[in-house]
Amino acid sequence: MSNPQHLQFSKEHEWLTAPEGGVSTVGITAHAADALGDVVYVQLPEVGQAVTAGEPCGELESTKSVSDLYSPASGEVTEVNQAVVDDPALVNSGPFEDGWLFKVRLDGDPEGLLSADEYTAFTGG
Amino acid sequence: MTAGPRRTALDAVHRALGATMTDFAGWDMPLRYGSERDEHNAVRTRAGLFDLSHMGEITVSGPQAGEALDHALVGFVSALGPHRARYTMICAEDGGILDDLIVYRTGEQEFLVVANASNAQVVLDALTARAAGFDAAVRDDRDAYALVAVQGPEAAAILGALTDADLAGLKYYACLPATVAGREVLLARTGYTGEDGFEVFAAPADAEHLWQALTEAGAGHGLVPCGLSCRDTLRLEAGMPLYGHELTAATTPFDAGLGRVVRFDKTTNGGDFVGRAALEKAAADAEAAPPRRLVGLVSAGRRVPRAGYAVVDADGAPVGEVTSGAPSPTLGKPIAIAYVDAAHAAPGSSVAVDVRGTREPVEVVALPFYKRAR
Repeated sequence: MSNPQHLQFSKEHEWLTAPEGGVSTVGITAHAADALGDVVYVQLPEVGQAVTAGEPCGELESTKSVSDLYSPASGEVTEVNQAVVDDPALVNSGPFEDGWLFKVRLDGDPEGLLSADEYTAFTGG
Repeated sequence: MTAGPRRTALDAVHRALGATMTDFAGWDMPLRYGSERDEHNAVRTRAGLFDLSHMGEITVSGPQAGEALDHALVGFVSALGPHRARYTMICAEDGGILDDLIVYRTGEQEFLVVANASNAQVVLDALTARAAGFDAAVRDDRDAYALVAVQGPEAAAILGALTDADLAGLKYYACLPATVAGREVLLARTGYTGEDGFEVFAAPADAEHLWQALTEAGAGHGLVPCGLSCRDTLRLEAGMPLYGHELTAATTPFDAGLGRVVRFDKTTNGGDFVGRAALEKAAADAEAAPPRRLVGLVSAGRRVPRAGYAVVDADGAPVGEVTSGAPSPTLGKPIAIAYVDAAHAAPGSSVAVDVRGTREPVEVVALPFYKRAR
């Protein structure tokens, strides 16, 4: 699955939409979802929680492993995707769509993120 | 020594199928081809095709091959009937498990020992040393075989289309030389999934041909290629131990609840075998005051107890340790195998697992978690 051009990417394999009204949506990339395998449990930050760019804010558990979820940007969580909590397989089936994880009201412009092409190169093409 | 992990004779096939590969015991092996849950479910309901060529084959032959193995292993190998197989173990002098094995009697004076990839060299070295006083030869056959497994309720139908061998007459834990898809193989009715199935020991040069033939024969039966990820969840549901997890050099067969594999009743070599004295003590200890028991845990939550996590009582005091854990596709909940203090080991006991700082309640259950209908 190719990385959508309109998103920005972190080296921890999260994606971030351009903000709308100051709020961006966060998820993990198809590359990350593939590497994890079948996701069976998702722990997300809580609405109202402050998250910090590059720091863990949740967990993704797959058949074989547990991985921290890192926030790609700093800000306050405004919404979490309850559908993905109820059905973690959405992370695998639609990492850039139905499998989004949470929305964050940005604290300034996110820094150090990659474009789609840069992220594709970062993950080995 | 060559750099990097070893590749099986089916490496190109796995890459063409788009497998996610993983380094396992020094081998580059398929972890999964698509969804490991789908692969798991295919084996439970239809059939799965595995490359297990990393397993370590060792041939022991000669007039005293059976006696040599009776001395080297805890099982009564020489009592095996022709073309029968047995699950057994090789222990150190102190009773610690060096590996768990399947031994096939492939001839009157010949046995095929199959070791875990991670322990194959240890087993080869131990067998070579232990067979020294016997009229028996130990041969490293790791490179002589590729191993392909067909597992699942459709396995017999799939294999039946490719061989004239009497599959109905081939019992569980038996083997026979056979022709499959025109190639000479050793065909065994064994596996590590809790399902009916077959393991096909073949020349590496025949591996691709056999894989493709089985894939085609299985197409109408729902057969899918399966990686090591689902092999682990399949064996876990079936309550089968994995070396390095439930079994280690620090555990005896009695610790693992598998004392039945230790055959104190062997009549060869005056009944003596490597580790006997220590294992007799371990057996007596297990009878008198079992320390910890190997049990199953089922969680009502969604977080998975994983190997190394502490099992704790209601007060949070440690009462055991998880050795393997995974989300169970068949049960739809997290399951685990753990060593738990005898006082908390009865089925129905409520304990908890410390999952990265959070206590997740779990119920102790008898193993296995899953048993196929026969």
